[in-house]
Amino acid sequence: MKGRPELYTSYAQDMAFLNTRPKRAWTGGLVILALVLPFAITDDLLQLLATGFVAAIGAIGLNIVTGYAGQVSLGHAFFLAIGAYTGAALSGSETGRVIGFGITSLPIWLLASGLVAAFFGVLVAPVAVRLRGLYLAIVTLGLVFLGEHVFREWTSLTGGPGVGRPAAVPELFGVRLDQDNAVFTAAQQLYLVMFVLLVIFGVLARNLVRSRVGRAFAAVRDRDLAASVIGVDLTKYKVLAFAVSSFYAGVAGALLFVMNGFFDPGSFSLLLSVQYIAMVLIGGAGTISGAIMGALFITLLPRITRELPAVLPFISGDATGAVTVFQVEAVLYGVLIIVFLIVEPRGLFGIWVRVRNYWRTWPFSY
Amino acid sequence: MAVLSVDGIRLAFDGVVAVDGVSFEVGESELFAIIGPNGAGKTSIFNVLSGVYRPQQGSVEFNGENLLGLRPHRIASRGMSRTFQNIELFSHLTVVDNLMLGRHNHMKYGALSAFLLLGRARDEELKNRSAVEDVIDFLELEQWRRFPVGLLPYGVQKRVELGRALAMEPRLLLLDEPVAGMNVEETEDMARYILDVREELGIPMIMVEHDMGLVMDLADRVMVMDFGRPIRTGTPAEVQADPDVIRAYLGEQHRSVAS
Repeated sequence: MKGRPELYTSYAQDMAFLNTRPKRAWTGGLVILALVLPFAITDDLLQLLATGFVAAIGAIGLNIVTGYAGQVSLGHAFFLAIGAYTGAALSGSETGRVIGFGITSLPIWLLASGLVAAFFGVLVAPVAVRLRGLYLAIVTLGLVFLGEHVFREWTSLTGGPGVGRPAAVPELFGVRLDQDNAVFTAAQQLYLVMFVLLVIFGVLARNLVRSRVGRAFAAVRDRDLAASVIGVDLTKYKVLAFAVSSFYAGVAGALLFVMNGFFDPGSFSLLLSVQYIAMVLIGGAGTISGAIMGALFITLLPRITRELPAVLPFISGDATGAVTVFQVEAVLYGVLIIVFLIVEPRGLFGIWVRVRNYWRTWPFSY
Repeated sequence: MAVLSVDGIRLAFDGVVAVDGVSFEVGESELFAIIGPNGAGKTSIFNVLSGVYRPQQGSVEFNGENLLGLRPHRIASRGMSRTFQNIELFSHLTVVDNLMLGRHNHMKYGALSAFLLLGRARDEELKNRSAVEDVIDFLELEQWRRFPVGLLPYGVQKRVELGRALAMEPRLLLLDEPVAGMNVEETEDMARYILDVREELGIPMIMVEHDMGLVMDLADRVMVMDFGRPIRTGTPAEVQADPDVIRAYLGEQHRSVAS
């Protein structure tokens, strides 16, 4: 329809992946920005953003089970850990101290990490089928402590607490991504690869949630009784939600420490789960773009709080002193979750929706 | 031939008998109504039919197949759909998505195809979207399409719930108090849609309702329940004249109104 680009003449247009012009424009703009950034900013910021992209993959995973399917899970750190150790053990080299199989090709160990984590997700899921709400949260919380214990004791896999082991070795088409080469620095390469992976996993997840499967997840979340009498198999979809969610967690876990190159079992504590819950709640539960926003926000937060001692002299920059930046950080997660739940339950995504609606009707506010 | 035949259902929760000795049949394109005072066991019968409760005795046959022991989603896939007394919609989803959920079992693609949403999965989505639009057209829901149903007025929500049940292309439709809490105008609208469903779609229905005017006008046959037991089944005229029914439910005043 000439002159009326907003008019849909087929359901295919209405159901398209990016079905409005502003969506296409914004997405295109953000992708170009993300591709230009590595040549504009310093390597340490790139590393941080790459970590943010990986966290976003993990947050999308948690959002699928918690935001879409409504099954509150505090066990995300456990599935991240499964992915991290699968990736590290598969791609690492045998040192006598820690095990390794030397399969360094990124697609292979990434897929394997996701699948192993998904397998554990399916193992846990039958519990989720029988429990809901707070009870499920407590059981998944138990997973984190169980995992912490196992990873602390299983030193041939994890290197043990305080020591750790090298993270997964990223090699793509024979190129070591974590080493500088003639064209790119390591940070630039990792940033670009993580960005591409985030786009891939983001697009896949968004397809899933707007499909028959995603609608069934939302039905289970909103009214499980009604879902079952219209023909949604509750057990099947709860198990599926856990499987997909832990697959994403496994993938994210395997990539999460590639930027640092090293990690120890202490990383997978309850705090990590809480961080991911914060990403989902602050970003916006039940949205893919919200999970990405939340993940970037939480990942960049420490960088911002590190600047605090310069502004507020009573906060100390190191571990000494009455109030340290690390304490401020931990408190901030909690405060932000509470503030968002009360003021804007739809999270950063909700703020974006409000801004968008304001400008859509501008200058008429009604 | 009967679409549904219920025989000697007994449902008890420990000592409390919710439904006892209930037997009835619903024929093709028949509108069968169940009435009775609060707590008479009307909704319990619906919960037995849709598999939410499992009765201790009796049998339920739906198109010649025994339904007892099947889980709710299995029964739904055989063509039983229902609405609820207190609206049970997916309140965060739009009207279109709620109706698309009604067509859940008309789509077959699995989770792996859902990640890509291409080819067969996309075709199925498009085909079912167009079926959903037929329901939207049928119930005149066009203007509400994109709204999350939680934001819609009560009467519209009731209509969306009927739409979700119709989107399933059911072989039997259970309506639990379709006009509860509605004003006269909304009630008339809903009555018109129910008549349309019967005349245009020919779907047999079982309706639980307290609005006696609606029941007596629309129903082909009525079953009156009291304390979990059926006291009379017959045409609206027969039921209205029955002294037991008047004593248990309609009240003495009704006699003069009815005659």
